Amino acid sequence: MAKIRCALIGSGNIGTDLIYKLKRSEVLEPVWMVGIDPASEGLARASELGLKTTAAGVDGLLPHVIEDGVQIAFDATSAYVHAENSRKLNALGVMMIDLTPAAIGPLCVPPVNLRAHMDRVEMNVNMISCAGQATIPIVHAVSRIQSVEYAEIIASLSSRSVGPGTRANLDEFTYTTSDAICRVGGARRGKALAIINPADPPMIMRNTIYCLTDEAPDEARITESILAMIREVQSYVPGYRLVNGPVFHERKVSVFMEVAGLGDYLPRYAGNLDIMTAAATRTAEMFAQELLAGRIELKPLETA
Amino acid sequence: MSADQSLKGRKVVLHDMCLRDGMHAKREQIGVEQMVRVASALDAAGVPLIQVTHGAGLGGNSLQHGFALHSNEDYLRAVCPRMKQAKVSVLLIPGLGTMRELQSAHDCGARSVTIATHCTEADTAPQHIAFARKLGMDTVGFLMMAHLNTPEGLAQQGKQMESYGAQTLYITDSAGYMLPADVRARVAALRAVLDPDTGIGFHGHHNLGMGIANSIAAIEEGASRIDGSVAGLGAGAGNTPLEVFAAVCERMGIETGVDLFRLMDVAEDIIVPMMDHMVRVDRESLTLGFAGVYSTFLLHAKRAAGRYGVPARDILVELGRRKMIGGQEDMIEDTAMTLAKERGLLQGVA
Repeated sequence: MAKIRCALIGSGNIGTDLIYKLKRSEVLEPVWMVGIDPASEGLARASELGLKTTAAGVDGLLPHVIEDGVQIAFDATSAYVHAENSRKLNALGVMMIDLTPAAIGPLCVPPVNLRAHMDRVEMNVNMISCAGQATIPIVHAVSRIQSVEYAEIIASLSSRSVGPGTRANLDEFTYTTSDAICRVGGARRGKALAIINPADPPMIMRNTIYCLTDEAPDEARITESILAMIREVQSYVPGYRLVNGPVFHERKVSVFMEVAGLGDYLPRYAGNLDIMTAAATRTAEMFAQELLAGRIELKPLETA
Repeated sequence: MSADQSLKGRKVVLHDMCLRDGMHAKREQIGVEQMVRVASALDAAGVPLIQVTHGAGLGGNSLQHGFALHSNEDYLRAVCPRMKQAKVSVLLIPGLGTMRELQSAHDCGARSVTIATHCTEADTAPQHIAFARKLGMDTVGFLMMAHLNTPEGLAQQGKQMESYGAQTLYITDSAGYMLPADVRARVAALRAVLDPDTGIGFHGHHNLGMGIANSIAAIEEGASRIDGSVAGLGAGAGNTPLEVFAAVCERMGIETGVDLFRLMDVAEDIIVPMMDHMVRVDRESLTLGFAGVYSTFLLHAKRAAGRYGVPARDILVELGRRKMIGGQEDMIEDTAMTLAKERGLLQGVA
């Protein structure tokens, strides 16, 4: 069966984990990995797994995009270089899945709004952050039942699973995730907190979601909605699990989640890595299925 | 360095925590007028540096950490212009507070900032430290839960923060777990790697009653800035009680520049009457110090205990065993619920 050919930009934890996710896909095929450090472990790993590699950044990929038929690119570099990467690849008709906090395209949480982005054939969608992917489905599960005045999420990540890019840019992580809690999750105000915990053995990613509803929460309907949403996320992240809650206290709904990864590149504790790459893969697969069926077409974007 | 070496003539800057760490002990419920009253009294007593914010610092207002009566900006705008000699500092924990909030605090008059990370995660602070320096603020790097890292590990983390621009590095005993020998080893390791111009500070909690002894140990190894709070108003069993520490310094000939009797009056006449509960070493706060748990978890654990019928001490010990760190207050209710389920006191939905 034909597959849509993909490029991975960024050879850190996220880019490397994506190789494994894409290799398992029935509709996606990773063909290129782009880095900037010839000595990086990610590039070596990609090469071993049969991908073409370049250490010359996106410019090293551009001459090969057409001849290798690359149609989808995943950007796991940093917010600062994403816009330029996206402009160059969109101009060649490559659709971008942005895993940086740049968020120049619309924000995507697959079970909430992926279908809408695909119907509009968006050429750049942003995956927000690992915390966003793990928590916004729950915020949405509450806000689709009744209005949420304020939602707050706390993501605890194991130290070993957090790469230098995220560490050096925690503010961007906070801003992008807070914004997405409102724009995608449906809360009127949002706040995101991140904790990096160095415990050894490493702790599995934990996420706590608090929602303040305007009126007293309808406990039965909200619980049912949350459980249904968890099942939906589990379809692409099997280790997404409710630990405690939902707890109802006055207008506050609290949900305590855990995300165990599949253990592809980093061990299972790094659920944060897994949920991000799994959501990105899910997004790309949906576009790929439509492309393969001839229902959508990607066109080069003219840029000013 | 021998403990009997004379510290006579050493200069130490006292940094009061009543209006920041003390916010934890007050469940963030200190009003603006009360803040101005406390800060003015500390200023008049000659305390050179006073921290003012939500207990969790900039960005702290949240369901996770509680909502203070007022915004950090309201507190700072009220306090800063009234200070005659004291400088006002704020706390910023990356992952919670952001540079936007630091800019705003600076606009309101804060001139010193404590940028705090867990003791192994200094590399989450480079942008905040650099930004603080750009604003011209007195910039402190603060390594929390320092008992969870080795002296060598802390030295390396401190050196990293220094490279981002931090001018003073703190060993922070957030759990009140350390003993004087632990403090000595950590401060000495830091002193050995930092530039001579970079200062060292110590922030203690009194959960094992060691706040003063630990602070003196830090000074012996080269610390020149000590955090404490008048009457110990702070998380857990409180911070190093500042008026007691000032008295010890005076006896030892350490120069702090504060007026001891005035500080004693602030403790007795203003701070103690403010306390909702006696901040002291009790069963739960002693558990924090003994098990190495973040001091701020105290009141949260007591609340969860009341709600789920699991003793606070059991919750705290379990949090220590699971190596939970500052900022993970959500895991207190979560842990209480998990313990309650194990004990047949609670049923799950899933």
